[in-house]
Amino acid sequence: MELAVISGKGGTGKSSVTAAFATVGERLVVADCDVDAANLYLIFNPEHNNEQVYIGGHKAVVDHTLCTLCGICEGYCRFDAIKEINGKIVISETSCDGCFFCSRICPMNAITMVRSDKSRMYSGSFRNGIMVYGRLAPGEENSGKLVSMVRDEAKRVATEQGVPVILLDGPPGIGCPVISTVTGVDRMIIVTEPTMSGLEDLKRVFEVARKFTGKVGIIINKCDLNHAMADRIEGWCTAHGASLLGRLPYDSRVTEAMVAGRSVTEMFPDAEISNIIKDIWNNLSTNGK
Amino acid sequence: MKIAVASGKGGTGKTFVATNLFNVLSRRGEAVTLTDCDAEAPDDLLFFRAEKVSETEVTHQVPVINKDACTWCGRCSRWCNYNAIFYVPAAKVIEVIENLCHGCGACTFACNSGAITEKPVLLGKVTKFMTDGGSKVVEARMKVNEMSPVRIIKEAIKESGEDGVVILDAPPGTSCPFIQTVDKADNVLLVTEPTPFGLSDLRQSVETLREMKKTPAVIINRSDIGDGSVAEYLAKENIPLLAEIKYDPAIARVYSEGKLVTDEIPALTSLFEDMADKIIEGYGTGSNQR
Repeated sequence: MELAVISGKGGTGKSSVTAAFATVGERLVVADCDVDAANLYLIFNPEHNNEQVYIGGHKAVVDHTLCTLCGICEGYCRFDAIKEINGKIVISETSCDGCFFCSRICPMNAITMVRSDKSRMYSGSFRNGIMVYGRLAPGEENSGKLVSMVRDEAKRVATEQGVPVILLDGPPGIGCPVISTVTGVDRMIIVTEPTMSGLEDLKRVFEVARKFTGKVGIIINKCDLNHAMADRIEGWCTAHGASLLGRLPYDSRVTEAMVAGRSVTEMFPDAEISNIIKDIWNNLSTNGK
Repeated sequence: MKIAVASGKGGTGKTFVATNLFNVLSRRGEAVTLTDCDAEAPDDLLFFRAEKVSETEVTHQVPVINKDACTWCGRCSRWCNYNAIFYVPAAKVIEVIENLCHGCGACTFACNSGAITEKPVLLGKVTKFMTDGGSKVVEARMKVNEMSPVRIIKEAIKESGEDGVVILDAPPGTSCPFIQTVDKADNVLLVTEPTPFGLSDLRQSVETLREMKKTPAVIINRSDIGDGSVAEYLAKENIPLLAEIKYDPAIARVYSEGKLVTDEIPALTSLFEDMADKIIEGYGTGSNQR
C-alpha cells in the first residue's frame, strides 16, 4: 500500500507528520518525494547509503565556432530562451525547456543537448525501516522525473524486503512533482493549517487529489493558531465530502524533536499530539489492509 | 527594481513578508507592485481589498493531428522529447497526449505532410488588481491539473512592469518555478526559520542562487524557535541578515485571518518600516532618479 502526504501550501507540517507516522508502527519504506527540499533524512539519518546518479533534463548549448548567427533557432524557440546578444547567440539555461527543437533545425549543427548528472538518489535503512530520497542539484529541472525514480526505488526495496507499506512525503504545490507523487497511490493525506491561505490551497490540492483516488483524508495541523478557522476548514471538508482524519494542536515540541533529530511521537510519546497521530496512523493502516 | 521574496522550504513566511512589505511601501506612497508568482498556490490577494483591472489568459500551442493527411512517417513522434505523441503505425494510432505536451512546436515543424495544425490550450491566468491603497497586485494562477506554472509566472512578471519597486512573492522549492521567479529579480530576500529543515532548505536555495550569480539577504522568521544553526551558517557564509521576527501567536492569528500585521500590530509595523528603509537604502527603488 502506498500512502502520500501532500499539502498544497508549504510549511503546514507534512514532513513532521510523515516522520511521526513512520515511527509509530511496523517497519515501512519512507520515500521523500520533495526532491528540491528533501528534509526527512535529517530526522531518520539513514545508514548504508546506496547512491545513484539521476540524469536530469537536457539543456541546449551553442558551439560558437560553428554558429553563423542565422537566427533560425531564435525564431523558432517558444520558450524565449534564445537571444542574439552582442553578435553571439546566447541560450538562457533558466528558460531552456530541453525540447531539442533548436538542435534539430540548426543548419550548421551548432547546437548540442547536454544533460546534468549532479542530482542524486539515496536509499538506506533507518531505525524503523528503509528510506529513499532524492536530492535535486541546485537549479535542476525535471523534478517530476526524479520523483518517479524515487518511487520506483521505494517499490523495489519494499518488494525485495517484504515491507507492505510505503509512505511518501510529497512536495508543496499542485504541479508536476506533486502529480508525479500522487499518481497511482492508494491513499492521500492532505495536511493543512487553520489559515486563510491553508484553506485556499487545500481547495486546489483537493481538486487535484480526488482525480487520482477517492481515498483522500485531511489533517488540520496547528489548530491552536486559530480554532475558528480550523472549524471553518472542518465545515468545508464536510461540505465537500473530504474525510477529516483529525485535528492536531500547535505544539512547539514538534520543533524541539526536529532539532534533536527525532519525531514528536518518538521524543514525546505521551503528548496529546502524539496520541492523535498514533490513532490516525492506526486507522489508516488498518483501513488499508 | 525587482525584489524576490523566496525560500526553499515552504511555509516559512514568504507571503507574510511580501504582503506586509508591500503594505508599508504602498502606505508611504511609493510606486510599488506585488506580484504573486506562487501560481500553484496563490494567496496574496486574500490580504487585500482590491478591484480587478484586467485579465490575461496564458496558453500554449498544442498539436492537432489530421489522420487523413498523416503519412505515418513517425517524424513528429521522434521529434517530440516529451513522449506526448502516442504513435503505433501498425494499428494506425496517432494521438496527442495534451498533458505531456510542452508546446514547443517541434512536431508541427517536423511534419512533412501538413497534417499538424495547432490549437491554444489554457494553462492559467494572469490577473491585475488595484488595491484600495492605489497599488497594483498581479496574480499568476495556474489552472488546476496543469503541470507547470513557468509560462504563467513569466507572463505575470512581464505584466508587472518596471515601475518603482516590484515585489515578487516566489514559489517554494529551488526548481523551475523558483528559478523563473528569481531569475528576473535584482535582489532576493530568503525567508527561513531556525530549524534543521529550514537550514537544509536555506543552504539549497543559497547554492542555487550562487550558481545564478545572485547574493541573497535573509530574514529569519519565528527566530526564537528551533536552534542557532541558521544564524551560525549566515555568519560563516557572510550572508546579510536583514531582520529577525520572533514567534508570536498574535502574528499567526492575524495572518490566519487574512489580515496584515502592519495594519494590526504596531511593533510589527515598525519592524517592516525598518525593513523597507533598509531595502530602499541598500538597493534604491529604481524610481529615485525621478
